[in-house]
Amino acid sequence: MYNSSTQKPFRIQPAITIENQHFWTGGQNNELCFLHCQDCQTWIHPPQPICPECTGKNIKPEAVSGKGTVHSYTINRQAWIPGFDPPYVIGLVEIDEDPRVRLMTNIINCDVESVYIGMKVSVIFEEQDGGIIYIPLFEPQKV
Amino acid sequence: MIEFLEKKAAITGIGMSDVGRRLNRDPLELTADACLQAIADAGLTRKDIDGISTWPGTGVSGAPGFSGAGVVDVQDMLRLNLNWYNGGLEQAGQLGSVITACAAVAAGYANHVLCFRTVFEATAQAGGRKPDLKSKKKEQPAADKTNEPAKPKVSQGSGAMGMVPRASGTQQWSLPFGAASAAPWLALNAQRHFHQYGTTREALCTIAVNARRNAGLNPKAVYRDAMTREDYFKGRMISDPFCLYDCDAPCDASTAVIVSRADAAKNMRKPVIHIEAVGSAIHGRPSWDQWDDMTTMCLRDASKMMWSRTDLKPKDVTVAELYDGFSFITLAWIEAMGFCGVGEAKDFLKDDRYISLESKRPINTNGGQLSGGRLHGYGFLHEACVQLWGEGGARQAKNSPKVAVAAAGGGPLGGCLLLRRD
Repeated sequence: MYNSSTQKPFRIQPAITIENQHFWTGGQNNELCFLHCQDCQTWIHPPQPICPECTGKNIKPEAVSGKGTVHSYTINRQAWIPGFDPPYVIGLVEIDEDPRVRLMTNIINCDVESVYIGMKVSVIFEEQDGGIIYIPLFEPQKV
Repeated sequence: MIEFLEKKAAITGIGMSDVGRRLNRDPLELTADACLQAIADAGLTRKDIDGISTWPGTGVSGAPGFSGAGVVDVQDMLRLNLNWYNGGLEQAGQLGSVITACAAVAAGYANHVLCFRTVFEATAQAGGRKPDLKSKKKEQPAADKTNEPAKPKVSQGSGAMGMVPRASGTQQWSLPFGAASAAPWLALNAQRHFHQYGTTREALCTIAVNARRNAGLNPKAVYRDAMTREDYFKGRMISDPFCLYDCDAPCDASTAVIVSRADAAKNMRKPVIHIEAVGSAIHGRPSWDQWDDMTTMCLRDASKMMWSRTDLKPKDVTVAELYDGFSFITLAWIEAMGFCGVGEAKDFLKDDRYISLESKRPINTNGGQLSGGRLHGYGFLHEACVQLWGEGGARQAKNSPKVAVAAAGGGPLGGCLLLRRD
């Protein structure tokens, strides 16, 4: 398992653009942010210039609760990237605000074998790039 | 009433180059072998070919060896005079290029379209290893296992060091999390299916073992050694629930088919294979991870469209060649096609009684991509034609099939054809 307090794998980092910076830098304020349509309240992911539901342009980044549910997951056991050692859990997390919005992520701070579909999880950010980029990972919700 | 114009198209010839784990040959030469074979198989000459269609063509990023030749390469190499051509990634999966060719001949843009797909992933990804012609290793090396779009797409960002490779485009949503291969992506689909329907690895095992058994009867298959169910379960895990034997094997090869306008195919060398219906639909979001129902993928929509364009029913299909970039994708095509009910694959695939060569509807008769080699989509169409023409030799389906399905793609890529012989 990856434990956030002791280990950081080597991560290929995202190229930050105007379009995606709210998502990748929101962790600076401990916030998980998505574009949100101010007119029809649709959460938009990945970012795009118009709301896919109402086609309006009245959209802006907003923070969600950071809570979600594991929609699916895999224990990855093959090394693909040097410095990112298996096993690790790749999860697909649906956010509480709209289960249609899913994030591919890692489920950390728990035994890889303990993850299950339906597990309640919370976002936890991993600082990268000297405090610019914050990768949103998820850990089991504390009861 | 809408006329389904793909019925005016027919397949008249097929060709396939040598297939191998590391042939170390120019992919264009492999392409020439496949194309010339297909043209001759149809009883045509180069002068008759007035169209080309391919997937994904040139100028496409992807894993090394992902695209071995494009339209321009082939047109110039064979000095073809074209009335119509098409090549590109944004089609209904690999066989989208064939589906489009059917429309082109039906519209009269061309009479005989040469369709092809060339890969040289095995050689291109060997990375300076010693040339190993026709390698027949027992264990599949998985380190070079890749799938579309396999290799990280990274741009040079302005990170702290200024030289750190960065993930951009759709890859930014998977690469930072170590999901650097299609194996974990498709594993997410499979795990969700397991969760919703109680499916287990036993079903995937049936697909993998059936493929290996058929590959043993296919001289061109890359992995032909016998594999038991026990062997399968001893396979090294890659990304749960996939083990090594659930992942296809990169290879070098070119595959070609000739799509002809039926009216222009009256005196061919062989009886033509009719295009009964095609499926190219994608009604959900074009995404691996944002798709509405992860257990289905776009295969659901492509299959539904195909059945809406014919009076034939799933029960009429007597051989099915269903994409297996990963074993789970075949399972998903089986359900999408209606060969069993949605969520019922766990029972359908309890053993090989419904898919073996001796069954009423054999599946992946050449070993698929799992054991036959990752010809990448076109292999399924080629094999469907082999079976309909009764050219399968030791692997010929025992039921002399007259109706076949060829389906390719997974995730947001998918296209399928229903084929029929008189």
